[in-house]
Amino acid sequence: MNLTLKIWRQKNASDKGKMVTYPVTDISEHMSFLEMLDVLNEQLIEKGEEPVAFDHDCREGICGMCSLYINGEAHGPDRKVTTCQLHMRMFNDGETITIEPFRAKAFPVVKDLTIDRSSFDRIQHAGGYISVNTSGNTQDANALPIPKKNADLAMDAATCIGCGACVASCKNSSAMLFVSAKVSQYALLPQGQVEATDRVLNMVNQMDLEGFGNCTNTGACEVECPKGISLENIARMNREYLKATIKG
Amino acid sequence: MAKTTFRKSSVGKKVLMALTGFFLMFFLLQHLTINMLSVISPDMFNDVSHFMGTNPIVQIALQPVLMFAVIFHFIMGIVLDLQNRKARPVGYANNNAGANTSWMSRNMIISGLVILAFLVLHFIDFWIPEMNVKYIQGDMSGLLEPGVADSGYRYFEELQHKFVSPIRVGAYVIAFVLLALHLQHGFASAFQSVGARTNNNKTALQKFGNIFAFAVPLGFIAIALFHHFTYSH
Repeated sequence: MNLTLKIWRQKNASDKGKMVTYPVTDISEHMSFLEMLDVLNEQLIEKGEEPVAFDHDCREGICGMCSLYINGEAHGPDRKVTTCQLHMRMFNDGETITIEPFRAKAFPVVKDLTIDRSSFDRIQHAGGYISVNTSGNTQDANALPIPKKNADLAMDAATCIGCGACVASCKNSSAMLFVSAKVSQYALLPQGQVEATDRVLNMVNQMDLEGFGNCTNTGACEVECPKGISLENIARMNREYLKATIKG
Repeated sequence: MAKTTFRKSSVGKKVLMALTGFFLMFFLLQHLTINMLSVISPDMFNDVSHFMGTNPIVQIALQPVLMFAVIFHFIMGIVLDLQNRKARPVGYANNNAGANTSWMSRNMIISGLVILAFLVLHFIDFWIPEMNVKYIQGDMSGLLEPGVADSGYRYFEELQHKFVSPIRVGAYVIAFVLLALHLQHGFASAFQSVGARTNNNKTALQKFGNIFAFAVPLGFIAIALFHHFTYSH
């Protein structure tokens, strides 16, 4: 496959940045999208040009590092896959592909396509944990009986890899799907009950401080989420928040 | 901490949008029911209109609540839209929003502003003259000819006069089409915001929302057209 790529190039956080067009040749349809970018970078290096910076790590869809807004969609046109799992067979020979970083005030661009998602880390620090004594006398997690339905729903919520596709896809740059997945995975389990009130209040508060927008229930996040995190989690977070507000 | 920040938090704001939305949807149903009477029985329409227009509970207690809900819903809607625009200072060169969202859900501010413009027209048309007659001129009788007891109530006749103008009826129809689009997203969205939507009820909620969003505005449009065509001819 031969392709034309329109890629966002930005030297650093303070650079204005612009879209730059690159031809790329000899792409196999079996390659992943990131492998295609590797080929582009090799071709750029051979020509003595600066390679394109992009985030990646595990390349098997579990680390949440890869991002990219491809042809107007987070993680590209395929569903329930991360960019590293997106295959070039989803595109046509000769196609022009636009590649941009995830855009949000709370996700500033570091360089080219790499972004700073530490706002998600700070939200996690605000309450995305349970306090457990790890002195050696830790209770076996399986000693607590948990209804199968809740265990499954908590597991579904916990599959969120924190990639930020929800924020990138949302017209309001809202982080509610991410935060609600983290709130839900604990809210559904007995271990999460002790800190439930503070957790939801503090995580939502931190989310608002980071400058994410407000949710208007468009549902773009659910469609674009590579892990299929359900909007039901946002409804659950709203319930948890109301409950916590009433409790004080 | 929690109680002071609720209405400022992103979750609190959407809950308040939803609650005022629920109230306004209930109001729409009540308004439509009374409007329907104008087609079924002019006398009954006159009686109910007079009751609504002169009953102290409706006028002094419920009317301010309605005013508050309308003003709150649109001011909060505009504030939220402005805040949300700030959350993405640099936009996308290529954004395929149609791949994951409906036009209605993305453009609540547009449909909302058209409805707001209609409400201004509606206030000038009906509410301000009504307030003038009742509270400035002091005529609470509701009679067609003040002081003439057997002249009958004025409400039905006034309604017919309003729907003579094709321009007014046209504006009315456009506003209610936009209301339908607003409700198509707003109905189920309100349930989501208060935490009442689940994977089990979401299909039923959306279906019921679609019916509500179609039937209620269609009802208002049909009544306007009915009076336009029956009175003009």
